[in-house]
Amino acid sequence: MQTLIEGLLQALRLLFGGDGSTWEIIQLSLYVSASALLISTLLGLPLGALLALSRFRGHKLLIALVYTGMGLPPVVVGLFVYLLLSRSGPLGGLNWLFTPQAMIVAQTIISLPLIAGFAMSAIQAIDPALRLQLQSLGATPVQISATLLWEARIGVLMAIIAGFGAIISEVGAVMLVGGNIEGATRVLTTAIVLETRKGAFDVAIALALVLLGITFVINAAALAFQQRLARRA
Amino acid sequence: MYELTKIVKRYHSRTVLQVVQLRVAAGRTLALLGPSGAGKSTLLRLLNFLEAPDGGELRFDGQLVPASGPTLAQRRQITTVFQRPHLLDASVWANVAYGLRIRGHYEGRQVERALREVRLWELRHAPGRTLSGGEAQRVALARALVVAPRVLLLDEPTANLDPANVALIEAIVAELRGSAVTQVIVTHNLFQARRLADEAALLIDGQLVEAGSVAQLFEQPHDPRTAAFCQGTMVY
Repeated sequence: MQTLIEGLLQALRLLFGGDGSTWEIIQLSLYVSASALLISTLLGLPLGALLALSRFRGHKLLIALVYTGMGLPPVVVGLFVYLLLSRSGPLGGLNWLFTPQAMIVAQTIISLPLIAGFAMSAIQAIDPALRLQLQSLGATPVQISATLLWEARIGVLMAIIAGFGAIISEVGAVMLVGGNIEGATRVLTTAIVLETRKGAFDVAIALALVLLGITFVINAAALAFQQRLARRA
Repeated sequence: MYELTKIVKRYHSRTVLQVVQLRVAAGRTLALLGPSGAGKSTLLRLLNFLEAPDGGELRFDGQLVPASGPTLAQRRQITTVFQRPHLLDASVWANVAYGLRIRGHYEGRQVERALREVRLWELRHAPGRTLSGGEAQRVALARALVVAPRVLLLDEPTANLDPANVALIEAIVAELRGSAVTQVIVTHNLFQARRLADEAALLIDGQLVEAGSVAQLFEQPHDPRTAAFCQGTMVY
């Protein structure tokens, strides 16, 4: 209990005591996860719509891959991205290993299947007759997809929340591809691991509380927005 | 407007529709009659290009519709009102405006005119999914008419509606009958067919039995099955 209280006080000191490095870590965490979430949303929603509305060669295989990706351990993604970006890897020329870019790539791979898979399920839950109705009104396939994504907006928002939840809290992938370099690739989760290993539990708890606070605020805002949508539905 | 020749539609290996010859002239109203499962709705989906025939020729506006489907411009000349309205999770106004928005021709005045025509102007801000069945079907009709289609397809549009809503929808269809709009209406109601249509076609078991003017089909049918159907005798 004493440690927890110390952690809470330390959290307040770190946040409001002018500690620049804590804010740097928070900023980088948000930058990496927000960028990965944006990219995976932009790719995942059209992919989810495509899987829900189209039939093509390899369709079932792609769905199986998405489902597999939904349960992919972050550390495996980290290893895969590490091998891709390492100097001898196929994308080694980019020199992205141990940079925020590598962390964004890894987190995008983690959240993309979650967003695509949940978006696909949300669209599939809509009455298929509505799709025919939209088609009969002259909508193009892209317009139909966009309309159905909006119709399934509560489920789509859940998909994005699930994607965010998976990446803001993951540590394995960003540790491997980012390297937890101070001032460069250190984010909240990797900093917590480091401080715990050092035995600096007060700092670790402080950072954990900050991480919990960020997750709570973002999820609460998303939930409020979702409930507003549900009331209008 | 439409010319169908030796049209065949199959689901899996089962033939569900066979039409040797059917013409729908521009500006005319055709009633598609027949028992449930006769292929009327399938035929309507072919006319709306929602499905492609498995065999035969379908011409629209004199042009052969290729197997790959019609152009978007051709498709957008046709709208359908289905038996169930399938409204968007949006306001009445947004539902009616949908067709205009996707065409990039959104104009509030057109939406207002369509809403007033179906007497739903007062409900324009209401969520579409809170309406009664009759009101929702009137939204579906306004949504189809607002884009000024050349062809209006109606799949049992008044099934399960109360007399007041039936009368309102029939009045709009009847008014369109004198215009350049071509209409095809699927109905089980023979009286409705006589009231609204210039021509009628009877389908039984996926086969087009007979087509002709309403007067000819009801008064002097060529096929004994048509006579039996018009007299209300079970032929299926």
